[in-house]
Amino acid sequence: MIRLERRPQPSRGWVIATPVLAVIATMIAGGLLFAVLGKNPVEAIRTIFWDPLFGDYASYSRPQLLVKAGPLILIAIGLSFGFRAQIWNIGAEGQYMVGALAGAAVGLAAYPTESPLIFPAMVVAGALGGFVWAMIPALLKIRFGTSEILVSLMLVYVAQQLLSAAAFGFLRNPEGMGFPGSRNFGDYPAAHNPELVAGTGLHWGGIAAVLAVIVAQVVFSRFLFGFQIRVAGEAPRAARFAGVRPGAMTLACLGISGALAGLAGIFEVTGPSGQITTEFASGYGFTAIIVAFLGRLNPVGILLAGLLMALTYIGGEIAQLMLSLPSAAIQAFQGMLLFFLLAFDVLANFRVRLGRKVAA
Amino acid sequence: MIIDPVLLTVSLVVAATPILLAAIGELVVERAGVLNLGVEGMMIVGAITGFATAVQTGSPVLGFVAAAAGGAALSLVFAGLTQGLLSNQVATGLALTLFGIGFSALIGQSYSGVRPPSIGGPLFGPLAGLPVIGPVLFGYDWVVYLALLLVLGTGLFLARTRAGLILRAVGENAEAAHALGYPVVRVRTLAIAFGGACAGLGGGYLSLVRVPQWTDGMTAGAGWIALAIVVFASWRPGRALFGAWLFGGISVLQLRLQAAGIAIPAQYLAMAPYLATILALVILSWKGGRGLAPAALGKPFHAAR
Amino acid sequence: MRDGQVTGETPLLAIRGLTKAYPGVVANADVSFRIAPGEVHALLGENGAGKSTLVKAIYGLVKPDAGEMRMLGAPYAPADPRAARAAGVAMVFQHFSLFEALTVAENVALGMEDPPKPRDLARRIAEVSRAYGLPLDPARLVGDLSAGERQRVEIVRCLLQDPKLLIMDEPTSVLTPQEVEILFATLRQLSAEGTAILYISHKLEEIRALCDGATILRRGKVVGACTPREVSAREMAEMMVGQTLTPPERGQPAMAEGEPALEVAGLSVASPIPFGTALKDIRFTVAAGEVLGIAGVAGNGQDELLLALSGELATAPAMIRAAGRDVGALGPNARRRLGFVSAPEERLGHAAVPAMSLVENALLSGAIRRGLVRMGLIDWKKTRAFAEEVIADYDVRTPGPGAAARSLSGGNLQKFVVGRELAQGPKVILINQPTWGVDAAAAAAIRQVILNRAAEGAAVVVISQDLDELLEISDRFAALNGGRMTSPRPVKGLTMDEIGMMMGGAHGMGAAAPEAGGIAHPQVTRA
Repeated sequence: MIRLERRPQPSRGWVIATPVLAVIATMIAGGLLFAVLGKNPVEAIRTIFWDPLFGDYASYSRPQLLVKAGPLILIAIGLSFGFRAQIWNIGAEGQYMVGALAGAAVGLAAYPTESPLIFPAMVVAGALGGFVWAMIPALLKIRFGTSEILVSLMLVYVAQQLLSAAAFGFLRNPEGMGFPGSRNFGDYPAAHNPELVAGTGLHWGGIAAVLAVIVAQVVFSRFLFGFQIRVAGEAPRAARFAGVRPGAMTLACLGISGALAGLAGIFEVTGPSGQITTEFASGYGFTAIIVAFLGRLNPVGILLAGLLMALTYIGGEIAQLMLSLPSAAIQAFQGMLLFFLLAFDVLANFRVRLGRKVAA
Repeated sequence: MIIDPVLLTVSLVVAATPILLAAIGELVVERAGVLNLGVEGMMIVGAITGFATAVQTGSPVLGFVAAAAGGAALSLVFAGLTQGLLSNQVATGLALTLFGIGFSALIGQSYSGVRPPSIGGPLFGPLAGLPVIGPVLFGYDWVVYLALLLVLGTGLFLARTRAGLILRAVGENAEAAHALGYPVVRVRTLAIAFGGACAGLGGGYLSLVRVPQWTDGMTAGAGWIALAIVVFASWRPGRALFGAWLFGGISVLQLRLQAAGIAIPAQYLAMAPYLATILALVILSWKGGRGLAPAALGKPFHAAR
Repeated sequence: MRDGQVTGETPLLAIRGLTKAYPGVVANADVSFRIAPGEVHALLGENGAGKSTLVKAIYGLVKPDAGEMRMLGAPYAPADPRAARAAGVAMVFQHFSLFEALTVAENVALGMEDPPKPRDLARRIAEVSRAYGLPLDPARLVGDLSAGERQRVEIVRCLLQDPKLLIMDEPTSVLTPQEVEILFATLRQLSAEGTAILYISHKLEEIRALCDGATILRRGKVVGACTPREVSAREMAEMMVGQTLTPPERGQPAMAEGEPALEVAGLSVASPIPFGTALKDIRFTVAAGEVLGIAGVAGNGQDELLLALSGELATAPAMIRAAGRDVGALGPNARRRLGFVSAPEERLGHAAVPAMSLVENALLSGAIRRGLVRMGLIDWKKTRAFAEEVIADYDVRTPGPGAAARSLSGGNLQKFVVGRELAQGPKVILINQPTWGVDAAAAAAIRQVILNRAAEGAAVVVISQDLDELLEISDRFAALNGGRMTSPRPVKGLTMDEIGMMMGGAHGMGAAAPEAGGIAHPQVTRA
């Protein structure tokens, strides 16, 4: 018999150790999965975790790390505001798309004007787009009590259609010979989000992500607002007792996460992606949920977790090329990581006792 | 408009069936006080296990058995984590969905473009030939009737049986049920497994009948809509049937309108089911329907002393 | 030789050497006692004395580490409550084991091993409730019942199983004095029919009125046994507490002429709590320096009243006035700026965040009046000092201010929560159940500080279900009943009967026999 005994307070050591344990367990379980698929497990794990940084093609793949980690961190930091308060925005993917659309629309409207104000205006529009998209579940929750989980998720599918409508219709490149997709921002310097330091993959999105980490860290540890977020998540009635207005908290948390997701979208569409296409959304909004949990909703943790997840993305792509490992494998791999993390979480809050006391 | 109402009704019922199956399962789970947000993941795993089995064995029946088993197997992971290890139900449900989508795509690689064996004609073949009521009442395959039976059975189970009463008691107040000596964790685990099996069946119906073929991420939010329908139905089986049909009607109608070449771009029509779901949630919540939720919904239970 | 032969008859239940330890605390140490058939036996002790653990062991909810139990001479070791019920043991819980969204009949069925068909069950419920004077309507939702009626559901559920032993855990804490009389009549009838009753309480006069024998527990050990009718309440109290008690004293008699510090006029508001009670046209004033005690059976609007007064539940502006202005629409923090402090009943999850440290919990309500936050930035040093001050001044036993709230015992957390509020130089004190779960010495200390603050000029509203406490510290007394409040009356000269009538007499006695006209229908209504 295994019994769980609640700890008087969460164990600090385990809070830090569980993500590490979860990564190790995922490597083992993932190795088994790959073995079942007929791949050499050791080689597969090495390809995913080692080769992107130190392998033969590392000079190509290393910059990708920041390209991929940037949006993941930016979105996950936003989500951590809500998740700490038990406000579950799981539609960041939709806010990411709408942010990209809004920002891109501003840029394309200005085309081909050259002005240093265009890119900043697009960034603001991108954040605003994500913010507005996140306000829909927030306002519906406050006004009608609808579940923000379901509404924000439904809006992902709506955003997907909107994106498709834009690529085929209102944002289509008039000089694109009828192919779907917008103009490429790479060809429009005023709206381009370039690589800032050659060979690093760092663009404005990466800078924004680091800034977000720092601001979030300060807000969570020093500001009353950060404290109130945590109280709201831990004990909603105590939050009301402390004068927190639940509606305002919902607006703030969903608004912040929406705006940051929108920012990630606009940096992506003006940089690595370059244009609005139907394939623009690549699941960053969902993977960021894993990043947020893996980083324990802690900004520094999210920074590390974002880098790790980016690594698995790139490693997955390399494994796809080198070992013809299916691209979906990496998604399953990431899901598994979250399972193990949640499973090991129990150690932080409970003591596990083996055996049972014998009644005399 | 050149849309035949009989044809529309028939395809509405078929379109509603996968969501109905998933919703009825989740309804039981939520009545037991557990919120499993992994419906989408369980559905898509059911879709691929069912599809693969049906293709390999040539038997659609075995396919549906495997679909239910696949969904249930994944749901047991959820049960182990949330009931055994007391993990957060929201996060675990999301993990289930993320894992399910990846895992199903992994297995499904070699099944793209394959046609599954046919499930066969209407269950009440001869009667289906009657005018109007023939196709509307008797024109469906056996899974459609199975789903309807499940709705009926679940309704009777919850309202009339002692086991159903215990399940509702666990969902209302787990501590009190424990104090009276009922095995809260076991009841909830069984409910979760039932929910997983139903979601798996729903996924199987998508890949084996409704589409019928395998594509990555083919559930396209059906599991989430099933979750919304449970809320919309105020946790009552009969209303879940109504909700699923309403949703089925909207998605069929928008497809017909697309096919009819209406002047609205297809993308805007394709948004309709999702917007309708949001609208349904708003209307229900507006009328204070959330107060009808099981009182212990989503709260973890740990027999501390 | 068996235990029973000492007294000449086989005891219904004999417990010998029962021990149960939890990490860090021994709940029961070598507990032994016996109950004869038909005996009403009291288990007496303060909160935390180990009474609940002991009865849980008898009811199969807790496995003892050591010791043995015998039922009519045969070994008795129930694996779970079902086994206990099968052996003839039934229990009425302190915090009811009821399901609000289910009907009375469904609730009863859940407590039985082999419930009859719904129609037969409804008939049997009606029979039993008539036979024992406990009227109940089987078709009603339990969520719509008053606390007294809910207890009736639990009792009827037990009686339908013809128990040999009925355990009652603090049954009168939710009843009006009139309802207590009805309950006692039922219990005496049961006892006369041969059912033994194990009666758990810390209310001494009740035990003297009802019980044939008593076992007294302190810190998990049996410290004495007595025949309650033959000893004084004071003797029992000193056995229970282990020391002599001094009642709190007031520095000054109440200043009747004081300025009204809190005015409530026509306060009506719907309840935000499911199955809660709406407040209806409540009006009273409290002068500076005055203590207003508000009694009432649980669930008659106490929680809602505290929420409305503290600002967690907004009302129309003019319904509540303080410091010469309308405050009904202000939130909790705006009211704190005006000098309000409040301590809600539920400590973990409402007055304190379970997983947060005492430092963080000090910030929860102390931020404004103690100036712990400036421009949105938290001054953690000052916050820690505030937490340490409360811990020292109110004798909170804890490893330190870094300990999580949930790691404290109930009594210590209560001291921290009450201390945190009273240490803020308050002008208006709102407090619900100030001494719930605290031992007698600490309770006396808390009451003393409340009186001291009143003497310093604070207006105090104390809501409590402990009538003795209210009568001890209040200047004026009122009662809540179905969301309405009686007009406050001076405590001096009030009789127990008058208090009982203020609390609404006996609730819902007409439900099973509406044609008999009975007493008024329960006033508890849904918001």
